[in-house]
Amino acid sequence: MEQTTEIKKLAHVSSSPHFRTSVTTQKLMLDVVIAMIPAFLWGVWHFGPYALLVTVATVLACVVSEYAYERLMKLPVTVSDCSAVVTGMILALNMPPEIPLFIPILGGVFAIVVVKQLYGGLGQNFMNPALAARCFLMISFAKPMTDFSMRGAVDAVSTATPLAELKAGGSVSLTDLFIGNIPGTIGEVSTIALLLGAAYLLAKKVISIRIPGMYILSFAVFMLIFSGHGLDPYYLACQVCGGGLIFGAFFMATDYVTGPLTPAGQLVYGVILGVLTGIFRVFGASAEGVSYAIILSNILCPLIEKCTVPTAFGKGRYAELTKKLLTDNKDVKKAEQEGR
Amino acid sequence: MKLFTFKGGAHPNEGKALSENCRIRALDLQGEFVFPMSQHIGAPAKPVVAPGDRVLAGQKLGEAGGFISADVISSVSGTVKAVEPRMQVSGFPVMSVVVENDGLYETVPGIGEKRDYHALSKEEIRNIVREAGIVGLGGAGFPTAVKLMPKNDEGIDWFIANGSECEPFLTSDYRMLMEEAERIIGGLEICLQLFPHAKGVIAIEDNKPEAIAHVQELLGDREDIRVAALKTKYPEGGERQLINAVTGRYINSGMLPADAGCIVDNVATLAAIYDAVAESTPLMEKVITITGDAVTEPANVKVRLGASYQAVLEACGGLRVRARKMICGGPMMGQALFETDCPVTKPSSALCAFAHDEVAENPTTPCIRCGRCVEACPEFLVPPMMVKAATHDDLAGFEKLNGMECMECGTCSYVCPARRPLTQIFKQARKMVMADRKVKAAEQKQREAHEAAAKLEAEQKKAADQAAEKE
Repeated sequence: MEQTTEIKKLAHVSSSPHFRTSVTTQKLMLDVVIAMIPAFLWGVWHFGPYALLVTVATVLACVVSEYAYERLMKLPVTVSDCSAVVTGMILALNMPPEIPLFIPILGGVFAIVVVKQLYGGLGQNFMNPALAARCFLMISFAKPMTDFSMRGAVDAVSTATPLAELKAGGSVSLTDLFIGNIPGTIGEVSTIALLLGAAYLLAKKVISIRIPGMYILSFAVFMLIFSGHGLDPYYLACQVCGGGLIFGAFFMATDYVTGPLTPAGQLVYGVILGVLTGIFRVFGASAEGVSYAIILSNILCPLIEKCTVPTAFGKGRYAELTKKLLTDNKDVKKAEQEGR
Repeated sequence: MKLFTFKGGAHPNEGKALSENCRIRALDLQGEFVFPMSQHIGAPAKPVVAPGDRVLAGQKLGEAGGFISADVISSVSGTVKAVEPRMQVSGFPVMSVVVENDGLYETVPGIGEKRDYHALSKEEIRNIVREAGIVGLGGAGFPTAVKLMPKNDEGIDWFIANGSECEPFLTSDYRMLMEEAERIIGGLEICLQLFPHAKGVIAIEDNKPEAIAHVQELLGDREDIRVAALKTKYPEGGERQLINAVTGRYINSGMLPADAGCIVDNVATLAAIYDAVAESTPLMEKVITITGDAVTEPANVKVRLGASYQAVLEACGGLRVRARKMICGGPMMGQALFETDCPVTKPSSALCAFAHDEVAENPTTPCIRCGRCVEACPEFLVPPMMVKAATHDDLAGFEKLNGMECMECGTCSYVCPARRPLTQIFKQARKMVMADRKVKAAEQKQREAHEAAAKLEAEQKKAADQAAEKE
């Protein structure tokens, strides 16, 4: 007993550094949730209260299944890191507004248990859980997952998403597309609300512009060349604002766990995403393709990372630069001396 | 004013307000003074005194044990009590000379005599610095005399006085810049005398605007020495980052600053050079910061080397509350203390005592691959990949990822939202790689010796056979 009190009096010893930043995993996750709130609110306003129910059910499904799995497997419960909330939010915002509730609930359980926990939990999954679940639901429940009719909304006329309309040769209002006055999934419709959230993430340095910037840029270039519409600003704007590209670029492609760590890798990843989305939209049967592009690029991530390890400080090109600076300096000195 | 900086880094809570306005106070401490024989990088010094000897302040207690080594000099007068291993801040006992301070501070003759350094030759200056036992006072403890002896004096373009003090909470360099800038400038002048082509730069982070203004005022429009304001960011004062910020050049772990035409010395080191060369005073005291939220009176104190941290702390009013963590040096690269009864050594820069231990209060969670460590690494490394290699005992992979370029600055661990012990893992892996290299070098040497012996034997046998044949 005496010895323990003696030990308690001693100071802690640990290896440096002895300070830690105030940013935690939980805070980062909450920031992502906060950034999705404008799009979520617009979804509820635009599609009606059922959208709220879908979102709450999906988030609950994710959180409860994470808790249950961890309790069952006798693992430490990590629900408080809020990563399951983020997964639930992303999945919910990817759901059509009139989806029968069991579908997103099943999706949430699949995302957390199969895609995330079976691979070892947070940080270990190689695919974005929400997107993998969405793809699973798309294949399993093709009809309800692509039914964008809006029984709840007053001015429901069109049931086709703008991109499907565009692909079929129709036309869409760009203003409606930008504001979000269109059919689609709960969270993807309002470009302005999504950009608001994206600006928040960028300002708080939760994400960098590298992946979304490169994604949108390379997608636009791809469409310019291969879409057959050439330099048509209206068509390009519709393509960029529609089909969940903005949502995907800023909220799903930037998922930490499944994207590359290296700065150069993030640029490459963005280009691959843009090109794949372009291929799926131009040559594929469906008018969209963001989810599949991201899921496929997730698989390429380890390879991209391996090929884009940055040059260490003072090595490679930095060493050459230094050598050049030194020789230049010598030449200057020599010239000075000769000048004298 | 143009701000110099490097890519990467982090911005920890500066915490300098606690002690930045405390003027340097000289402490007169009694009792035992402990002088470890190894307070520098390189071979330990050899004790040249025996128990019972009376020594004077300024007298040599230990002699440099090799080329890369430094003398150890007594800071007090008194009787040698013991020559024995004593506990260090590192937690290891090191052979030390223990002197009981008699409080008279009797010095060896000649100390304090003014010298005109302009009249000294390069050879003389270097000898004085060597004899004064000066090592890098910023924390690394590299023998200064060795640093001042590059292969080619003509090749040095820059002499950088490092006053960036990027470690949080430390203010001793700032106080020196405010109160003893003349000595720092004098030390820089002496060093510039050694290198005909070098420009002098005093580099200061912009969170110390008063220091920048003060030094600038002292310098006037001098062309040979100027001030460089640095962006406040950790680790701006790291040698490699500082050189990069000021000159745009890059050095790696296999290079010395001199290879890129630069020499960097801490401002406190330059002041010590000035004392040694211009005032015939070897390195006997140093300014350290006593700070942290657990300290009663945070202060910047000038203490005689060899004093116990415990005594210094008590002279600052002791602890206000219980300290959970005591750090020798700054919070980013300092050494956590087992106990405070360790001597102040040449590279000591501070004693921080904190009521909270952020490390223990922030348990590790899984890596979410957010990439913050990659963005922050001032050496442009990819910590998560290095961790994977290191924790799987893949030392070759660790080296391939340039793990040996890591300078253990702690930035990655600091920025990690999952509180992963990245720097700590790298320290361990780097030690293992270095140990491996040592073993391999020894094996190679043994193999070579073996082969040489076999060859010699074969030759002898051949000669003997030939001789036998002739007969």
